[in-house]
Amino acid sequence: MATRNECEGCADMTCASSKLVLEQDIAKDVRTAYDRIEARGMAACLFGSSGTCCRNCNMGPCQIIDGVEDMVGVCGATADTVAARNFARTVAAGASAHGDHAREMVKGFIETAKGNTPHEIKDVEKLHSLAQVFDVEVEGRDKNEIALELGEIALSQFGSQTDEPLIMLKRAPEKRQKVWKELGVEPRGVDREVVEVMHRTHMGVDQEYKNITLQSSRCSLADGWGSSMLSTELTDIMFGTPVPRRAQVDLGVLKEDMVNVTVHGHEPLLAESLCLAAQDEEMIALAKKQGAKGINLAGVCCTGNEILMRRGIPVAAGYIQQEMALATGAIEAMVVDVQCIMQSVGEITRNMHTDIITTNYRAKMPYGVHIPFEEHDALGSAKAILTKAIMNYKKRGKCFIPKDSKLDVMVGFSHETINYMLGGRFRKSYRPLNDNIMNGRIRGVGAIVGCDNFKVTDEAHIIIAKELIKNNILVVATGCAATALGRVGLCTPEAAKYCGDSLREVCETVGMPPVLHMGSCVDNSRILIALTAMVQEGGLGDDITDLPAIGTAPSWMSEKAVAIGHYFVSSGAQVVFQDLATTGSKAFHKYLTENMMEEYGAVWNVAKEPIDIAKKMIEAIESKREALGINKQGERVLMDMEMRRDLGGGGLTDVGCHGAE
Amino acid sequence: MSKIICSAAIRGAHKIVDMAEESYEAALKNYGADKEVAFPNTAYFLPIIYSMLGAKVEKIGDMKDIFQECRTLLPELVSDSVWLPYLGPALDAGMATFFAEEMFEAIRYLDHPNMYTATEDPTDDNIWLGAADDVIFRKRGVEFVDGSAPGFAAILGTPDDKEIASKIALELQEKNLYIFMHDKGSNGKSISNQLVANDVQVGWNTRLVPFGESYTSAVFAIGFACRVAMAFGGIKPGDALANLLYNKDRTFAFVMAFGEVTDEWYANAAGAINWGFPTISDHDIPEVLPTGVCTYEHVVSNVPHDEIVQKAIEVRGLKVNVAKIDIPMSFGPAFEGERIRKDDLYMECGGGRTTGVEVLISKEMDEIVDGEVTLEGPDICDIKQGQNLPIGILVEVAGREMQSDFEPILERQFHHLMNYVQGIMHIGQRDIMWIRIGHGAVEKGFSFKHLGTVLHGKLHQEFGAILDKVQVKIYTIQEKVEEVMDIAKKVYGERDLRLGNMTDESEEVFYSCTLCQSFAPSHVCVITPERVGMCGAYNWLDGKASYQINPTGPNQPIAKGTCTDELMGDFEGINDFVNQASRGAVPAVSCYSLMNNPMTACGCFEAIAAMLPQCNGIMVVNRDHRGMTPSGMKFTSLAGMAGGGAQTPGFMGVSKHFMTSKKVFLADGGLKRICWLPKMLKDEIAEKLMQRCEEMGMPEFFDMIATEEQGETEEEILAFLKEKGHPCLEMEAAV
Repeated sequence: MATRNECEGCADMTCASSKLVLEQDIAKDVRTAYDRIEARGMAACLFGSSGTCCRNCNMGPCQIIDGVEDMVGVCGATADTVAARNFARTVAAGASAHGDHAREMVKGFIETAKGNTPHEIKDVEKLHSLAQVFDVEVEGRDKNEIALELGEIALSQFGSQTDEPLIMLKRAPEKRQKVWKELGVEPRGVDREVVEVMHRTHMGVDQEYKNITLQSSRCSLADGWGSSMLSTELTDIMFGTPVPRRAQVDLGVLKEDMVNVTVHGHEPLLAESLCLAAQDEEMIALAKKQGAKGINLAGVCCTGNEILMRRGIPVAAGYIQQEMALATGAIEAMVVDVQCIMQSVGEITRNMHTDIITTNYRAKMPYGVHIPFEEHDALGSAKAILTKAIMNYKKRGKCFIPKDSKLDVMVGFSHETINYMLGGRFRKSYRPLNDNIMNGRIRGVGAIVGCDNFKVTDEAHIIIAKELIKNNILVVATGCAATALGRVGLCTPEAAKYCGDSLREVCETVGMPPVLHMGSCVDNSRILIALTAMVQEGGLGDDITDLPAIGTAPSWMSEKAVAIGHYFVSSGAQVVFQDLATTGSKAFHKYLTENMMEEYGAVWNVAKEPIDIAKKMIEAIESKREALGINKQGERVLMDMEMRRDLGGGGLTDVGCHGAE
Repeated sequence: MSKIICSAAIRGAHKIVDMAEESYEAALKNYGADKEVAFPNTAYFLPIIYSMLGAKVEKIGDMKDIFQECRTLLPELVSDSVWLPYLGPALDAGMATFFAEEMFEAIRYLDHPNMYTATEDPTDDNIWLGAADDVIFRKRGVEFVDGSAPGFAAILGTPDDKEIASKIALELQEKNLYIFMHDKGSNGKSISNQLVANDVQVGWNTRLVPFGESYTSAVFAIGFACRVAMAFGGIKPGDALANLLYNKDRTFAFVMAFGEVTDEWYANAAGAINWGFPTISDHDIPEVLPTGVCTYEHVVSNVPHDEIVQKAIEVRGLKVNVAKIDIPMSFGPAFEGERIRKDDLYMECGGGRTTGVEVLISKEMDEIVDGEVTLEGPDICDIKQGQNLPIGILVEVAGREMQSDFEPILERQFHHLMNYVQGIMHIGQRDIMWIRIGHGAVEKGFSFKHLGTVLHGKLHQEFGAILDKVQVKIYTIQEKVEEVMDIAKKVYGERDLRLGNMTDESEEVFYSCTLCQSFAPSHVCVITPERVGMCGAYNWLDGKASYQINPTGPNQPIAKGTCTDELMGDFEGINDFVNQASRGAVPAVSCYSLMNNPMTACGCFEAIAAMLPQCNGIMVVNRDHRGMTPSGMKFTSLAGMAGGGAQTPGFMGVSKHFMTSKKVFLADGGLKRICWLPKMLKDEIAEKLMQRCEEMGMPEFFDMIATEEQGETEEEILAFLKEKGHPCLEMEAAV
């Protein structure tokens, strides 16, 4: 398999299950991204990868070279302007993906409240708490009535035309809200901010990189605190807020004697309906009639993470493994919706029994079978899709499932789970987390999020995670990064053995893994909520920027990752990426990586090697600790009666006759 | 390694809930769902369940929902691999444990009515006291509130050796803690029995409380803490988080476990962590050191017996300021309630056996040699057992800030200060004082001079701001004692005259009292010369002295300002102060009225006054009266109406002493409105009450006040009042 490795621009494939599958005879005709990189035989375009190729009008395309007077755009656009515009458009594209996803969820939520879907409002407590954020009256009202009003307000956030900030911004720490207000980056409408990016980056509009980046921030915040957060929260209310549960990941979760249906993409509405349909007796009977023992649903990419978090349904593959999953020959259908689906999957299945079933009118592909997922007949659509898959079972030929390639994961670490697991129903809080960060047992929190990418080693996430936990930094993970960490067992409580002594002690106290799986990529909004909860718990400063916390998307691939990265930075949380398409512009790149600090209290960082990414994260966390003054040995305060009297709670220090006069 | 602990706790919780549910099923069958269940004499139902869930368990049938709640709380057992996070679930399991144990104990009260004594001290055949009723709870609660008891140690099991057990108990006493004792250890022994076997006096009076013989009695300790938060902290039933945090911040309690730790003990320990109460064990069990739910560590283990008390208070984050008094006996508030019984008695002074007198007078600075303690007459070593002596204790003090007004306050300290000495019992005051010396003290080398050492040391410590020099002269010769008696009688006479003349009109400044604020953050007392604090412990002079000693302390002067209504006791200055202090919650207080803006209460009142609408009169019930009152409520229920910092017209906390003040219920008709008192209270204040009756020209009024002997319902009392022609019947309708 030498051809799959050591090609230029392509890192070694190290994932054991991928290698095992591709070594098999049945996989010999499967061309994967690794093969295509080699076949392309060329390096990535320099202008494209440094952000200085402008295609925004028909005078060009213009390739810009910073510092070379003659190499500005035909219109005169400088490298900084072009790179900032390209960056902004990447953010907008990523945000639009989350926005469109979220809109579907909100609409599904409204339909559920109206009783038009097979789903129901599951988490009433969360419904009530979110209703409070949106000023929706809950007292004495039916859950569906509340949900309907909440859903309609939520939907209005997408197309809002007023200049009022998005409602959920008020969930952020007060100081952060002030920063946004002062910078003028409070997002107004989810869709509007994308439109405004597109307009401002149109030929001849905004030509000042800092001003362009203000809109990038605004657009990204509309994603993080707007659409992504709405999606996560409403999905939780509708499908249940994730609680800790055991599950499995990797290709070994496919079953030889069952109809294997993988769900790939991002929106849980389809997947949840498939889950319901797969339990349907009629469907199971049909599968049995075809000679299978039953229906085995498994996830791929972030749809996988959604149902993994809420139902414990296994994840067969992350983004990078979608082709390998098909190469097993054991999948009857890969049901896809939107985002991160390689066009190659259709090509791969051309000569296989597997169907690629596209379900969303937005996303079709050659060699795919289109069975639309109808929201108003969710269960019916799901059954039609499953039937198609089941009927393929008999056609399955030789297959290879790497049976031993599956590992346990502990998932379900929503903000609510973290809160609960640290103190139970009566004492739930972030106090133990903050406390142990303050006393140094936990040095800080590192988020490892984002995609897989052939550009860097498969092990990037693992190297970083191991280095962080060894240095007593608690890791939270989402998306395909979380799947990668799960594949090597880092998402189990037993992984505490890889931790430094003090983090291990905390993990053992709580019984938690050192890597907390927080869900899909849209669930990065959970991290925003968790960071805010840490600020509000007290003792770690009064803004997200004060926290000893930092994120990375070391193998980022999709534009959504840039949108996410930028909403973190704009929210005061630093991020480290392996590269950024902005290096062709000196001032703009410096702005992102240095000068944003003055305005936002956070910047983008770039480090190529996973171990360097980890070191940068550790460094950043330690410097935040230093700034907080928590690196000093904390003193044990022993309270006497007088100190207890001074605890307050209506003390009388400001009244009575004592005082100067 | 806390996986072991949480696994065991969750396992234990399952066992306990199963066991309790079994006993519930049996009780349901035996007694039926409507059978009443309760802990003795309390208004807090099953207090943990009441405080956490707001649910009142009054009948067996009420337990059904609570068991359902237990089942919801009980997590699955911790698996060997890929376990779910267990910290939160273990705490929930601990909570379910307490709910189940409370119900289990409540059923036990039905099944075995004599299981517990329900007294303050053990009886001859039973050392297990059971749950503190509200009388004991409120009496002891005051000590938590005023800081003389910072918290409690809940002990499970015992060290093997009774000497070591006694030493640990003594050390805890010396830290002023209450010691709540539960269950036998793996060695088959209980610490309560160990102490008794070693002749240590146990009971509420020595703070060594044998709660129960099984681990389930741990709920009596935790329930006590829950009640403190509700009664003094104004925490509403059902406000679980507030109650738990209140206790974490203010009640310095911990679990101390001796010997092997069973699953059931772990379950109880996990429950206690919810309240911020950590566990300290002498056994080799895993530790849980990361902080967060408790203030510091959660479980500390393998602690040697000679370090365990020190370690425990350090882990709990408690500082106990204990002044070292250089005497051979132990010394501290925990010994205040200790009794010297006939068999323990070595000799005694005063109390009618011999002449006894104690007095404190102030002198000029140069007349006193600070620290000088003299004894004239025979000491303990000079006499035989049973040979009683007369005693005269003359304490002379001087200080730049000393005023003669402070003399009685300082003198009043003698009682508890001498009682603080282990092996000594002090009763009464002035010329009716009585000292009993026990064998224990004599064996340790007691000398009368040690009383001087104590008085000198403690007066300096507590009143250093007003006095600079203290000297103590002790006499045990009759002739010298007589001399002291003469001085004392003269001083008493002058003092009483001065105090008697002091009225609310004669003083421009009243005092606030927020001594309870560590436990009752929302309440403010106003103390006037004619209205002593409702706890009965602090009068106007105390307030004045306290302010002098600590100008930023709990007693602040309030310029009373213009009196806008003499009958009501409305003062502009008082209203401004209370309004501000309560953040507007209480805009005005009428000092002399029960019906109009009555004073709020923290919960540690000696008695409660309540209007009886049919009788058109006021009843007053003291804390110690356990029976029913004509209001249809017992003291404990009334306390719920009057406490918590809220004004409820018609209900008010009062001190017993206030009954004989000229200002009592002035706005509502004064003393003549009082129509019912428990006999116990009436007897206690009889002398002064009769005197007041004479002063108002109605000596027959004393007999018009009904007691429970005349009845416990309004109808019975009304009939009695009519028969006697009680003046309240003629008064303007109060309601």
